[in-house]
Amino acid sequence: MAIPKERIRNFSIIAHIDHGKSTLADRLLELTDSVAIRDMTAQLLDDMDLERERGITIKAHAVKLDYKAKDGNTYALNLIDTPGHVDFHYEVSRSLAACEGALLVVDASQGIEAQTLANTYLALDHNLELVPVINKIDLPAAEPERVAAEVEDVIGLDCAHAPRVSAKTGENVQEVLERIVQDIPAPEANDELPLRALIFDSVYDNYKGVIVYVRVMEGTLKAGETMRMMATGAQFNVVEVGYMRATGMEPCDVLRAGEVGYITASIKTVRDAKVGDTVTKTQWQAEEPLPGYRKVNPMVFCGVYPADGADYEALRDALEKLQLNDASLSFEPETSGALGFGFRCGFLGLLHLEIIQERLEREYDLDLVTTVPSVIYKIHLRDGSVVSVDNPTHYPDPADIDFAEEPVTNAHIYAPADYVGVIMELCQDRRGTFKDMTYITPERVDIHYLLPLAEIIYDFFDVLKSRTRGYASFDYEIAGYERANLQKLDVLLNGDIIDALSFIIHADKAMPRARRIAERLKETIPRQMFEIPIQIAIGSKVIARETVRAMRKDVLAKCYGGDITRKKKLLEKQKEGKKRMRQFGTVEVPQEAFMAVLKLEEN
Amino acid sequence: MPGLYFHIPFCQKKCGYCDFYSFAPTSAQMDAYKDALCRSVRDFAGDVTVPFDSVYFGGGTPSFFGKERLTTVLNAAKESFVLTDDAEITVECNPGSASPALFRALKKAGVNRVSLGVQSALSHERALLGRVSNGETVKRAVASCKDAGIENISLDLMLGIPAQTPETLDESLAFLLSLSPQHISAYLLKIENGTPLAKQADTLPLPDEDSVCDFYLHTAEVLEQNGLRQYEISNFALPGFESRHNLHYWHTEEYIGLGPAAHSFWGGKRFYFPRDFAAFLRGDSPVPDGEGGGKDEFCMLRLRLTEGLNDRAFFARFGEHLPEGVFAKAKALEPHGLLTVKDGTIALTKQGFLVSNSVIGKLLDVRD
Repeated sequence: MAIPKERIRNFSIIAHIDHGKSTLADRLLELTDSVAIRDMTAQLLDDMDLERERGITIKAHAVKLDYKAKDGNTYALNLIDTPGHVDFHYEVSRSLAACEGALLVVDASQGIEAQTLANTYLALDHNLELVPVINKIDLPAAEPERVAAEVEDVIGLDCAHAPRVSAKTGENVQEVLERIVQDIPAPEANDELPLRALIFDSVYDNYKGVIVYVRVMEGTLKAGETMRMMATGAQFNVVEVGYMRATGMEPCDVLRAGEVGYITASIKTVRDAKVGDTVTKTQWQAEEPLPGYRKVNPMVFCGVYPADGADYEALRDALEKLQLNDASLSFEPETSGALGFGFRCGFLGLLHLEIIQERLEREYDLDLVTTVPSVIYKIHLRDGSVVSVDNPTHYPDPADIDFAEEPVTNAHIYAPADYVGVIMELCQDRRGTFKDMTYITPERVDIHYLLPLAEIIYDFFDVLKSRTRGYASFDYEIAGYERANLQKLDVLLNGDIIDALSFIIHADKAMPRARRIAERLKETIPRQMFEIPIQIAIGSKVIARETVRAMRKDVLAKCYGGDITRKKKLLEKQKEGKKRMRQFGTVEVPQEAFMAVLKLEEN
Repeated sequence: MPGLYFHIPFCQKKCGYCDFYSFAPTSAQMDAYKDALCRSVRDFAGDVTVPFDSVYFGGGTPSFFGKERLTTVLNAAKESFVLTDDAEITVECNPGSASPALFRALKKAGVNRVSLGVQSALSHERALLGRVSNGETVKRAVASCKDAGIENISLDLMLGIPAQTPETLDESLAFLLSLSPQHISAYLLKIENGTPLAKQADTLPLPDEDSVCDFYLHTAEVLEQNGLRQYEISNFALPGFESRHNLHYWHTEEYIGLGPAAHSFWGGKRFYFPRDFAAFLRGDSPVPDGEGGGKDEFCMLRLRLTEGLNDRAFFARFGEHLPEGVFAKAKALEPHGLLTVKDGTIALTKQGFLVSNSVIGKLLDVRD
């Protein structure tokens, strides 16, 4: 039963993290009878364990809801859920491009936050009709009217009809559905043009291959037709088309202009169905792809090694499997003197890195050692050539370097005005260049800084949150490259360089960071049979040092006839324990030491 | 040549630190045990013809078992096994339950070595360990042992015990040396789970780790100055008086151990009798404990000795040389003063003995 185009609504939900986006989506599913109540787990759309645990949406999702509106008509509501983190900025923009409108969910106790604004601007860039929704009115601290006024002032959206709801209790959520029907325009779409469908996500399925999620802009597509990806040029025979339902996939005969649906075509890897690419038909090709496609490049790199060298193959298999579903994950083999065989992996950002690492450990049961994340530095050599370095091991000889550049970001921090001082202090400390500051309301400011990416990939957000008691929010985008005075720091244990612990850092930061790392290593490396000097060096110059004192004794039990087997077992156990240690020359370093260098929170 | 061990699981009163298998018996239990030991001697001896060059009565408190029963068991062993003429026959004695008559009887039965638990010369330290006897009883025991004609005497000393200080340690050392023993075992106190001492560990005035290390090194120095050469981590002897029986263990030689909780290494297998008195009386079979005498075991045990791990001895035993990797690892540790490598021999130093678990673990890492 096809629903006419004028009764299709394509929308997404945008919100700052924790403002209740996923809970609202759940209520919408319930109210449209898309799922039986008994099948509801909290936050149905976030179907990865990780997403539920972290309360964030990592992958985009889509679902088609049938809604019988007060006017008596049934509408097809296509909800496209977007990722909610800066690392996935591009994915968000593609999801929004698939919609005509968006619900702007704002927490009635918190008001506008960084991602509220960032996503609003993004939505406005795509000419989306915004429907404000004031959520969490059940909270004692809720001030729906104040927040509504803030939305009117800051964004210029009329909030007179904005539903005041509690997604948690379900109060007033029906009203949201009505607003979607009334305020969001139907797609303007023509079935009689060559096919142009926007890929806003793709997922790998063991049985069907890649499932491509699309919004058909123009034209139609049926099973049996041949389709072509306009950016990659890959061609496939369409096996099945259909709609995403909350309970699963629902095949249909034809996907028409204006609709949101899926395509399967025995596609082996998501790299052949890239987010942002345009699907057309081989027999009747569109002349131009849809605008906005770009290749997503990893921004943050680190070495990922199996804790047990024997797991190298398993790690490769796991990375390959994850890559099936994640086109922005890159990896290539690398070798470290300290860690053996592993992979250099590229990520969109630190959250992406953490997610991949967690999935490898959790879903593939791998024990990993990761090295300090690095951005891509551009090193201009004296001979005029430029090399890109994302691995400290490949840092050129300083004598050959003319100058170096590092990636910088436009960073916006939104916070209560009380925190301007501490935020500016933090940004200054992170080598930020102040750009401007805007008062969103008399109480809230938008502080704009140019911040080096390298300074925010470690722990910037954590520190920002702790210094502002969680009130600040943060968003950034890459702004290009700027000159920087860089140095490579090496860590020496017992006189040997541990390559996996080397990192590149701005010269001004070298000394304090070196001291801190030496201290942390001293805390994490257990006492061994002899004293272990820890040195942090630039070239041959040691700039910080610490010493792990020697262990003086271990258990000196007697060993007579009855003790020999026990003693043997003790040695075996010792050996087991050592598997969790990395051997560098004669020094044993626990994996935590690598983490200690990674997570160097201040204070 | 192999050794023979008898476990005597009886004590008048248990010491606070001891986790050996023992209990306070009735005399009927001791008689029954004597019979069980004699029976198991006969069972095991079977058609064994290889001569044994050591017999060791350990415990528990063998002296508490009584001279008649000890004599009976030793005679049974002599009848069923072949003992060499110069076999070393040791009985562990508690100074408190050792009388001149006991030593005379032991001498008569053929015992030629006595090991006495002293632990400390100071009454307050001994009291904290839950020891019954005092310094005077030790002196008297040593004198009557010598009077009975048993001239090979070993004394036990404990290091790192509650309330021990450098001064009290020196007192204990002076006391032991004044008794002119042929052999001294100096153990570091290890608080075993489940012992009375473990329960009070938090409240005991235990010396700190650095002090304990200093005690150990100091003890070794003083004993060696007095002619008692260190030959194993915890053992010191006048030349020629090293415990032959205990060297069997460290040389990975075979031995038969009889009694509950006694372990054996015989015919290439390790096995033991469970810590179950009734089971032993019933004649239950020992429990297998895997293969013995492997390369790792050989290395592990040799490295406990000052003579060290020697490539020639390894070759003689296994028909192959020690892996190069072992020497490479040893060479890396040598500059840290933990061991010496010389003429194909790796030998731990005193510093190395203190961290011997780690050193041995490291060296064996490259094996297998």
